[in-house]
Amino acid sequence: MPIDWIFGLMGGLMIGTAAAMYLLISGRIMGASGIIGRLLDGTNRTAEPLAFVAGVILAPLILTIAAGGAPETNMTANPALLIAGGLAVGIGTRLANGCTSGHGVCGISRLSKRGIAATAIYLAAGFLTMAVLRHGLGWL
Amino acid sequence: MIRALIALLCGSLFGLGLLVSGMTDTAKVQGWLDIFGAWDPTLAFVLGGAILPMLAAWRIAAQRTQSRLGSPMPAPAEPRLDRRLIGGSALFGLGWALVGLCPGPALAVLAWGGRSAVIFFAAMAGGMLLAHLPALREKATP
Repeated sequence: MPIDWIFGLMGGLMIGTAAAMYLLISGRIMGASGIIGRLLDGTNRTAEPLAFVAGVILAPLILTIAAGGAPETNMTANPALLIAGGLAVGIGTRLANGCTSGHGVCGISRLSKRGIAATAIYLAAGFLTMAVLRHGLGWL
Repeated sequence: MIRALIALLCGSLFGLGLLVSGMTDTAKVQGWLDIFGAWDPTLAFVLGGAILPMLAAWRIAAQRTQSRLGSPMPAPAEPRLDRRLIGGSALFGLGWALVGLCPGPALAVLAWGGRSAVIFFAAMAGGMLLAHLPALREKATP
């Protein structure tokens, strides 16, 4: 749709503002995989990351209820794809110590070499996977 | 208590941003990764829009020794690239393309994505714990 980029920009500014507040007020880097991963492995199970996670789940839920319906996720129902994709995202982001929010948003904006390299690599891997699986094998 | 409230506020704004931007729509994300097909450039606006406030925030952070709540600012960015960063990011990109979700949106869609969202999140959580296996972690240096 032609107006999608406006929503993209607006949503992006909201994500960046959240990251800026978390940095300047709390002194934290807003990285989703790190926050989730440290809650899971027990490295940081304080109220702070728990509250962050609660916000990520509850705020969009409240908005969608107020708007009268959930948006489409268009997610595959194929369990093999879901499990393989989930495992790869989970292992990969924890090994790389960051994902789209940590390396992408917070890393690139501070001109971090690791953030820029990670983003270039996961984008390249994503482009390649999509090219092979959608256009080569017709799986996606 | 105040730290938790700020985190709730930031998490809420982050979650709403993910929803508004289209990051929770896997068709949109896969369209962005599909540079050889019907490429969807929306995510470039999302990433660009998100980086703008952070450019200003890092400049402000550089002039301060402490955050507003008194904790130290994050340490300077580590410059060293290692195998874990490279291999991990490649694996992440592959998984991102397979389903169209990265960790933040995977958390947000738990609320309305149904069975698929739960399966993906459970697998991602399992993967995050598996990443601690010594076999995966010991090759830290290139």
